Amino acid sequence: MSILFRNVKELVLEVDEFLSTVEQGVLIFKQGVYNYLDKEEETFVENIKNIERLEAVADKLQRKIDRELYLHSILPQHASDIEEMVDKVDEIIDAAKESLYEFDVEIPYIPEVLVNDYKRLVDVSVEAAAAVFPAVTTFFREPTKVKGMLTKVYFYEKESDRLSRSIKRKLFHDMDDLKLSQKIHLRYFALHIETISDKAELLADFLSINALKFNL
Amino acid sequence: MITLLFFLSSGLFLGWSLGANDAANIFGTAVGSRMVKFKQAALIGSIFVILGAVIQGAGANATLGKLGSVSTLAAAFTVALSAAATVYWMTRLKLPVSTSQAIVGAIIGWNLYTNNQTDLHTLTKIVTTWISGPVLGGIFAALLYLLTQKILKRVRFHLFYRDLSIRLGLIIIGGFGAYSLGANNIANVMGVFTTAVQFPDIHIGFITLSSTQQLFAIGGFAIAIGIITYSKRVMETVGNTLMPLTSEAALVVVLSQAIVLFIFSSQSLSNALVSIGLPPIPLVPVSSSQIVIGSIIGIGLLKGGKQIKYKVLGQISVGWVATPVMAGIVAFFMLFFIHNVFKQNVGFTSDAQRGQVTHQSVSDSVNHIEKVGSFPKNKLEQSEQNSSVQSSFSYGWMISLLLVVVLIGVVYYFRMREKRQKALGKEKVDELENFIALKAKSLEQEMESYKAEQQTLDKELKYRQNEMVNMAMNIIRKYEIVGQIKEDINRIKKEIHDAEARQALNKVASRFSFSVMPE
Repeated sequence: MSILFRNVKELVLEVDEFLSTVEQGVLIFKQGVYNYLDKEEETFVENIKNIERLEAVADKLQRKIDRELYLHSILPQHASDIEEMVDKVDEIIDAAKESLYEFDVEIPYIPEVLVNDYKRLVDVSVEAAAAVFPAVTTFFREPTKVKGMLTKVYFYEKESDRLSRSIKRKLFHDMDDLKLSQKIHLRYFALHIETISDKAELLADFLSINALKFNL
Repeated sequence: MITLLFFLSSGLFLGWSLGANDAANIFGTAVGSRMVKFKQAALIGSIFVILGAVIQGAGANATLGKLGSVSTLAAAFTVALSAAATVYWMTRLKLPVSTSQAIVGAIIGWNLYTNNQTDLHTLTKIVTTWISGPVLGGIFAALLYLLTQKILKRVRFHLFYRDLSIRLGLIIIGGFGAYSLGANNIANVMGVFTTAVQFPDIHIGFITLSSTQQLFAIGGFAIAIGIITYSKRVMETVGNTLMPLTSEAALVVVLSQAIVLFIFSSQSLSNALVSIGLPPIPLVPVSSSQIVIGSIIGIGLLKGGKQIKYKVLGQISVGWVATPVMAGIVAFFMLFFIHNVFKQNVGFTSDAQRGQVTHQSVSDSVNHIEKVGSFPKNKLEQSEQNSSVQSSFSYGWMISLLLVVVLIGVVYYFRMREKRQKALGKEKVDELENFIALKAKSLEQEMESYKAEQQTLDKELKYRQNEMVNMAMNIIRKYEIVGQIKEDINRIKKEIHDAEARQALNKVASRFSFSVMPE
């Protein structure tokens, strides 16, 4: 029985570590985009390396959590739900890393007038993700309180949608000096940043349904 | 020893079937939901069932003894076999069945056959517990469920720790449940043998095992073997289909079941109640399955009662009547068979035995009367006594026949209902199949007509395309001819010097240029 207790304790610690890793990854993403927009190349490269490392750690932890859930048959009736949730959390750091890679590889030209818009979009998108992590932690302890914590996520997601739309509108309506290819390129970068909040919203939906399920 | 084992075999079979089926009421949800491994459940269940049987099995056994003290080994074998056969048969017929009710019916069957008096007070006590068992289970379950919910709301467990505590609870309460099952239900398995089989006491250190306890230990092992060898399949079925409960609710159901079984088997608890001036608890074997159903209904009612299948209650009530009646009839006929075919002593009371003896002496006296033609006084008294025993037998036979008719009626009703349901289901399936076939046929026809229409359209399209191509070719040809004429006119114009002719040619040429297609 003590082995089982130890296993559960380890699993709890691993889940907490996993969440904090992903949270760090999202913050690094925000910093990375800021570095790119401010043309701080060195710190941008540094942050890409950091997010790569964090994503690898998160993947490793995810595999460990999945394995231990099934190996020690912890929460057997809900193991697949937990696994799905962990996967959805991992998708956030995956999207953040991919997005930062896109900046690194495609080196989009961002006109000075749009820098602040992009910064605002990153802020809001990362806020949505940052708001979902406490809800995940609460899900494990007090599922009843999860629903109330998700309001912020939905708010920031809507806000990031709005900002992204406004950037696209500016690009295609007001900036005649840019080529169509540049406009399309920049539109995709707004979309990449917005993906983080979309992933956070998907996780929030999942939490909201499963919190009810776990309370039944 | 082999003879003893042979006679005990029916009880051991009953124990095996009890272990195979009733262990699922304790560990079914835990194993079915993979909260507890089957090996763990089987080990804990086996150990605690034996402990419960040996330590606390005497209470319920005493009540069964009051109902009918089966005095010979052959009778005990037959009674246990009848109960086992009834349980098997009714299970095959998919009728609700309980070992406790079957053994009570079989004992009453023995009482009837051997002309023993059935203690109506004890019988009433037993029947009352059959009803009060599920009711108590429901009450306990509802209260415990409320308590569990309150505790879980107050204590903020991490989901993984909550899972761990429920798992621990399922193991500990499962152990308690197995102990109570052994204590309460061992009388069903070995109770009928306790009068007939007497072992010398065994002393192991400070512990002394009486003959009854040794018998109960053997019965406990039979139950344990049932748990180990066959309960896995039942547990997996119960865990996944019959009880779609949350882990917390499952824990509550097992606990309430264990408490009810413990209450109906604990002599000390009964004594404690008596000591404070309360009435004693009837120590009676009760059906663990019915307590589980009662517990689930209790939780269901607490949740609003929408998901409860009230049909199950009706089925339990049918079980209360059908099981003992059927077991009693089977026991009666089997005892008749064992007694008359194998000439085994099935434990007649002294009156009945006398009846048998006088029956023999009456035939002797009839022969004697025929020989001497007179009727001695003592022989006449004996024949009167004999006739009274015979009349009691015929009375028993009549009741038995009546019961057989009732039973056949009940079984026939259920079989017919099942057949009717099957037929109705088949009819519906046939109807649906016909409908699907018709629908498929009409769709095929529709498709065929569409295909034909499409073919016609294709042909027309091809024809139109050809027409268009021809038209285009004609126009191109005409254009080429006009071009050639225009060139010819130009050439002639250059060769002719007459002004009028040239003008006429120009006029003709301008007409052609007007009709020429744009370049």
